[in-house]
Amino acid sequence: MTIFDTMLPILFLALTAMIMLMSGVFSRRDHSFAITGAAIVLFAITARLMFAAPDGTIFHGLFITNDFTRFADLLVLVGAAGALSLSVAFNQRTGITRFEYPVLIVFAVIGMVVLISAGDLLTLYLGFELMSLALYVLASFARYNLRSSEAGLKYFILGALSSGILLYGISLVYGFSGTTAFTGISRAFTGSASASLGSTIGIVFVLVGLGFKISAAPFHMWTPDVYEGAPSSVTAFFATAPKVAVFALLLRVMLGPFAPLFAQWQDLVQILAAASMIIGALGAIGQTSIKRLMAYSSIGHMGYALMGLAAGSLIGVRATLIYLAIYVVMSLGTFGCIIAMSRKGRPVERIADLAGMASEDGRYALVLAIMMWSMAGIPPLSGFFGKFYVFAAAIDAHLNVLAVIGIITSVIAAFYYLRVIKVMYFDAGSPGFDKRTAGINLVIGVSAIATVLFVFYPSPLSTVSSLAAHALFPSQGF
Amino acid sequence: MSFPILSLMIWLPLVGAALMFIPQGSDAAGARNARWIALWTSLIVLVLAAITLVDFNPGIHGFQFTETAAWIPQFHIAYRLGLDGISLFFVVLSALLTPIAILASWREMRRVRDYMAAFLLLETMTIGMFASLDFLMFYIFFEAVLIPMYLIIGVWGGERRIHAAIKFFIFTLAGSLPMLLALVWMWHHAGTTDMLTLMHTPIAPHIQDWLFIAFLASFGVKAAVWPLHTWLPDAYGEAPLPGTIMLAAVLSKMGAYGFLRFSLPMLPQASAYFAPLMFALGIMGVIYISFAALAQTDMKRMIAYSSVAHMGLIIVGIFTFTVIGIEGALFQMVSHGLVIAALFLCVGILLARGHSLRLDQLGGLATRMPVFAAFLMFFVMANVGLPGTSGFVGEILVMIGAIQINFWVAFLTGTGMILSVMYMLVMVRRVLFDHARSIANAVIGDLSAKEWLMLAPLAIMVLGLGFIPSGLTTAFHTAVTDLVHAHVAAMSPPSHFAMARP
Repeated sequence: MTIFDTMLPILFLALTAMIMLMSGVFSRRDHSFAITGAAIVLFAITARLMFAAPDGTIFHGLFITNDFTRFADLLVLVGAAGALSLSVAFNQRTGITRFEYPVLIVFAVIGMVVLISAGDLLTLYLGFELMSLALYVLASFARYNLRSSEAGLKYFILGALSSGILLYGISLVYGFSGTTAFTGISRAFTGSASASLGSTIGIVFVLVGLGFKISAAPFHMWTPDVYEGAPSSVTAFFATAPKVAVFALLLRVMLGPFAPLFAQWQDLVQILAAASMIIGALGAIGQTSIKRLMAYSSIGHMGYALMGLAAGSLIGVRATLIYLAIYVVMSLGTFGCIIAMSRKGRPVERIADLAGMASEDGRYALVLAIMMWSMAGIPPLSGFFGKFYVFAAAIDAHLNVLAVIGIITSVIAAFYYLRVIKVMYFDAGSPGFDKRTAGINLVIGVSAIATVLFVFYPSPLSTVSSLAAHALFPSQGF
Repeated sequence: MSFPILSLMIWLPLVGAALMFIPQGSDAAGARNARWIALWTSLIVLVLAAITLVDFNPGIHGFQFTETAAWIPQFHIAYRLGLDGISLFFVVLSALLTPIAILASWREMRRVRDYMAAFLLLETMTIGMFASLDFLMFYIFFEAVLIPMYLIIGVWGGERRIHAAIKFFIFTLAGSLPMLLALVWMWHHAGTTDMLTLMHTPIAPHIQDWLFIAFLASFGVKAAVWPLHTWLPDAYGEAPLPGTIMLAAVLSKMGAYGFLRFSLPMLPQASAYFAPLMFALGIMGVIYISFAALAQTDMKRMIAYSSVAHMGLIIVGIFTFTVIGIEGALFQMVSHGLVIAALFLCVGILLARGHSLRLDQLGGLATRMPVFAAFLMFFVMANVGLPGTSGFVGEILVMIGAIQINFWVAFLTGTGMILSVMYMLVMVRRVLFDHARSIANAVIGDLSAKEWLMLAPLAIMVLGLGFIPSGLTTAFHTAVTDLVHAHVAAMSPPSHFAMARP
C-alpha cells in the first residue's frame, strides 16, 4: 500500500484534472468559473493529502517524498491557488475566460509536483516537460492578442532550446556516471577524486537548463518580454509556482547527485547569483511598465535565493527555502495589485498610471507600498527576513564578495521600488481604478497582512524550513 | 518578570496608529479623532517614560526594566529589552518630543490620519531602537524608521520634497546595509544576537576593523558625521517642521547612540585604532559645517547645519574614551535634542505667521514679537553654550575630555564652538534686530498659549540642566564608568588578541 499512499496526492491531482478537462470539453455551456473554483478546492485537498502521505522512495527511486518535497509542493500549491484566484476577474475583463485555463494550470502543477519529487533524471525531465508545455500554452493564452502570442512563441523557442540543453546535460551525466538515478550518480561521483570534463559539462548544462526556467541571469532574456506580453493573470502564475518548483529541484539536484562535485560548480552558482542580482537591479531602473519592472525584480530575487545554494550548506538551503516562501507571498500580493490596475474595463500597466493612488485609493496604495518595501528588503516587513537569512548563509560559507554584491544591488533595487511608492504617494493624481473583485481583495489582503505581521511570528517558517532542509541533508541530525 | 513598561511604551503608539484607521463617519471626524488619538497616545507614553525616569536606579550596574520573550528560538534571536543610563534619556527624549511634534502639526490639513499615524509609527521605532537589547531587533527598528520618515518628507514636505525624501532613503539604506552584514557576521560568530553576549565576545582585531567601518557607514550616515552628512540639509530643509524636529532631535541621536552601544564596547581595539580618524571627522564637521552654516540664506537650513556641527562635537566626546568626555557627549546629545527641537519650533512659529524663512527678508522681530524674541535668543544662547544653559555643560565636559587626550583636538573643537557663536549671532541679528524688510513682517502676533506650552517646558529643562547638571550625570555615571572600564580592560593585554599593529 505504501506506493499508493505516497502517490495518492499526485494521482488525485491527475485524475481530477482529467475529469475537469472532460467536463469542459463535453459540456455545452461554459463552466470556466466553476472549474476555476474546483481547481482551487482541488489544490487545498491535495495539500491536505500531501501532509497525510508518508515519506518514501518508490518505483525504485524514481519518485521521492519527504519533508523537503512537501514544503516545496505546498509553496507551489499556494502560488497556483493564489494566481488562480487572481485570474478570474482579469480573464473576464480581457475576454479570455476559457475552461482550459484552470485545467492547464492544474497540469502545470502536476508537472511541478513530479519535478520536485524526482529521484531520477528521467522523472526530472518528464516533470519538467509536463510543466513547460502547459506553461507555453498559458503564455499565449490571449491568442488573439499579438503580444501574448509573441510572448508564447518566444517562451516556447527559448524554452525548447533550454530543454534541449538540459537533455544534453542529462545524457552527458548519464554517460559519465552510468546511471540516471540520483543516488547512483552521487555514488559514482563520490568515488572519483576529481570530476571528468564530461561530467562537469553535463552538470553545467543541467544548471543552464534549470537556470533558464528560474530566469537566472544570463539566461533571463525571455523574462521581461514574457512577463509583459503574457496576460497578467498568467504572469502572476509564472512569477510564483514554476520558479519555486524548479528552484526546489535545483536544490535537490545540485546538493543531491551533484553534491560530491560541489567545488566544481560552486563558483558557477556564485556567478549566476551575482549576475542575476546585478541585472535584476540595473535592468529595472529604466522600465516604465510595471510588469517589466517585476520581471527584473524577479530576476534579482532569484539571485538572492541562489546565494543560499551557492553556500551549499544546510543553512543555505534553509535560507533559500525561507526566501522562496516569502517571495511567493510578496509576488502574489504585488501581482494582485497589478491585476487590479484597470480603467473602464481595460488593463493599464504603466507605472505612471499609479500616480496619486494614495489619495485616490489609500488602501490599495498602502498594500502595494508594503509589497514594494518588502521586496526592497526594508524591515520590519517579511522581505527583510528573506535577505537576512540568505546573507547569513553567505557569510557563514565565507562568500563575502557575493554578500557585498548583494548589499550593493539591494541599494540600487531600493531605488526603483521606491519610485513606485513615490509615484503613488508623492505625485499628482490620476483617476482611480475599477472596483476590485473579492478574489483580488482576498489575495492582496492576506499577502499584505502576512508580509506585515511576519515579524511578530517568524519562528514557524524557520522551524518548517529547517525540517525541509534537514530532509535534504539526512546526515546532519535535526 | 515585572510590569512590561518598555513593551507598553513601544507598542502603544502602534495600537494608536491602528485605531485611527477604524472607519469613521466623515473625513473631518477622522482627522479630528486622529489628532486627539495621536496626542493622547503620545502623552500616555510620555507619562510611562516619566515613570521609568523616576523608577530608574542609577546605582545599579547593567540593564533595568529588562524583558525577554521567545522570538526566533531556533536561531537564538529573542525579544530583549532593557535600559541603562545611556539609553534611558534617549527613550525619554523620544517620548517627550513626539507629543511636541504632534502639537506642532495640529494645523496640518492634508491627509491628517496618515500623517499622525506616521508620527506614532516613528515613536514606536525610535523608542524600540533605544530599548532593544537584541541586535536584530535593534536593526529592524533602526531601519524601519525609514518608512515613516520617507513618507513624512515626501508627502508633507516642501518644494523639493521628492528629491529630499529619496536622497534620505537611499543614503540611509546604503549606510545601513553594511551594518546588516556586520550583524550577520557577529551572529555567525557569537551564535546569538543578544547584545550583552556580543559585548563580551572577543573578536580578532583585523575583523574588528571591517566591522567598525560597517558600523561607521550606518551610524555615520544617521548621525550625519562629515562627510556622510550631505543628505541632511536637504532632508531637514524639505521635511515638514515636526518631521525636522524628530530628525534633528531624535533620529540623529540614533547614530551617536549606535557608536556608544556597538562600536565602543564590541570593537574596543578598532575603536581605539580609528579614534584619530573619528576626531578628524568630528573636527572637520565642526569647522567645515560652521562655515557652510555661515553661508546659508535660509533660517531653517542654518539651524540644520548647526545641528551637524554639534554632532561633530558629540563624536569627538565619544571617542575620547574618558568618562568625562563620554558623559559630555551624552549630556550634549540630550541638551542638543532639547535645544534644536526648540529652535525648529521657533522656525515653525514664524512659518505659521506666514513669514518667509529667508534671512534677507526677516528682521525687526524683536519689537513686534518680544516674547518670541526672548525665547529664540535664549535657545540660541543655549545652542552656542552660554554658561547657565545645558549646552555649556555638554561642551565643557567634552572639552575637558578632549584635552586629556590631545591638546590640538580640544583646541580645534573649541575653535568650532567659537564659529558656532558667530553664525548663530548673525542669524539672531538678522531675524530679531535689523529693521523689518518685508511686508510679511507686518503680520504681528506674539506667542499663543499652545506655543507657550511647547516652548516653556523646553526652556525650563534647558535651564534646569544648565544649573543642576548632576541630575543628568548621576543617572548615566554608572553606565559610562562601566563602559570605559570595560574598554580599558579590553585594551590592556593579558588578552590573547594582543594588539599587533604597525
